[in-house]
Amino acid sequence: MQKIEAVIQPSKLEAVKDALVEIGVEGMTITEARGHGRQKGHTEFYRGREYSVDLLPKVKLEVVVADDMLDKAILAISGAARTGTIGDGKIFVSKIDEAIRIRNDERGEIAL
Amino acid sequence: MGQAVPSAAPAAGVSQTDRIAALEKQNADNAVAIAAAQTAGDNGWMLVSAALVLMMSIPGLALFYGGLVRKKNILGTMMQTFAMAAVITVLWGLVTYSLAFGEGNAFIGGLHNVFLRGVGLAPDVKYAATIPLQTFMVYQLMFAIITPALITGAFAERMKFSAMLLFMVLWALIVYSPMAHMVWGKGGFLNATLGGRFPCLDFAGGTVVHVTSGVSALVTALYLGKRLGYPKVPMPPHSVVLSFIGACLLWVGWFGFNAGSALSAGTLATSAFVATHFGAAAAAIGWSVAEWIRQGKPSALGAISGAVAGLVAITPASGFVSPMSALWIGLIAGVVCYLMVVKVKAAFGYDDSLDAFGVHGAGGTLGAILTGVFANSAINPIFGAGKATGLLEGNGHQLLNQAVGVAIAWTLSIAGTLVILFVVDKVIGLRVSEEDEREGLDLSQHGEEGYDWAH
Repeated sequence: MQKIEAVIQPSKLEAVKDALVEIGVEGMTITEARGHGRQKGHTEFYRGREYSVDLLPKVKLEVVVADDMLDKAILAISGAARTGTIGDGKIFVSKIDEAIRIRNDERGEIAL
Repeated sequence: MGQAVPSAAPAAGVSQTDRIAALEKQNADNAVAIAAAQTAGDNGWMLVSAALVLMMSIPGLALFYGGLVRKKNILGTMMQTFAMAAVITVLWGLVTYSLAFGEGNAFIGGLHNVFLRGVGLAPDVKYAATIPLQTFMVYQLMFAIITPALITGAFAERMKFSAMLLFMVLWALIVYSPMAHMVWGKGGFLNATLGGRFPCLDFAGGTVVHVTSGVSALVTALYLGKRLGYPKVPMPPHSVVLSFIGACLLWVGWFGFNAGSALSAGTLATSAFVATHFGAAAAAIGWSVAEWIRQGKPSALGAISGAVAGLVAITPASGFVSPMSALWIGLIAGVVCYLMVVKVKAAFGYDDSLDAFGVHGAGGTLGAILTGVFANSAINPIFGAGKATGLLEGNGHQLLNQAVGVAIAWTLSIAGTLVILFVVDKVIGLRVSEEDEREGLDLSQHGEEGYDWAH
């Protein structure tokens, strides 16, 4: 089982969710986050004082998929989230040791 | 001889004497009815005005200031204004009304009206002949409430609640009451209508409210020192939305503040109402244009700040100037206060957190001087019908009186505030601890969180 963490633009969330559901990935966790890679922020002015805002709103999406679904899931996410400009985000993959369904104690890939 | 009596046709045998007596009685009854109608109109307007001025404090100023601070201090900031509504009210009833408006000397009232003795439903003809004295008292109370509340802007985010309460009680006694007495009280040194040595034209409180609060604010900001991290750590307003709502409530409420200062519902109230509105509008434009030029974009915060600056500046002038003069006063105030806030503050480096001095101190001083320029007897013949009032009408001498009023306000504010700060600091300490300041006033002073995200 593999975990995919994707940091994406908030405006792309709906498209990415739809793309994942379409390939059969139903479970996911969404967090509102702030961050930046190489994307610059912007300045705001209040009563003549300048404030740099460089922690930008992002969305972090976490899904755990069976090993044979990994490539399809990555393709779905990046396809839906890409605009081609700086700020599109990143995808990280890590190995998951175990998955357990709390309701009935199912373990392994059937718990996903 | 004409038969002008509209009432009952003369009955057979009613003598001329009887008819004259009946007419005289009717006349007397009519006079009473007319006075009652006049009072009803004036009192209705004055009670509404009093409510409008209270609304300026709560929630107007509370929201305006609240939105400008960081979110960990929202409740603490609003509490400071709210506490004034409660504490100053009680103090006013007990003693400060008497000190401000009671009979006394040129500088302070006496104790004749403590516990509001003698403040009943009959008018005091020297103050306002057509409304109950209690209406006058409660209207003035709303001014006494908002004035100290304005000062809180200077020491936002770092003053102990307990110290603030003590400070404000002393300030109301030592600074506000004498200033109000001098400008508006019987025999006041600066009173333009009741025998002042230097008749200073201050229709609704440019000196009494804005100069005193603004200058005291500056003194407090300097004495307390800057907020932790200022100016390096960014501390932008946490909600310009709240400030926007507050500022709009201030604009509307200000009609009670200025037009209500006519103390009647007559034509002077109209003049003041119109001047107030025009001053606000021109100032919003003035600030916004200055900002647009200097920074490239006109901000919402700038527009509302400009409007407030204009309202401050028009306050002393409102019952004395024409609508066109009001536009000028507003425009000048918008630009000047903008520069005060963005250039002068940065140049001197003081942390007047919410620009109480930049807007109220500077705006009030400017407005008081401009009142001496633009005041016109055609609007308000305060020195007598046809007697020139302001500079442009031919009475340049009035500028001296205005300057004296402003100078006294500055001096009293500086001296009084310094003494009070020193005393309160020694007795209970003014500033919150570093830890409390980092945690925020909501938690450290009030055990609450303004915004509870976890639920």
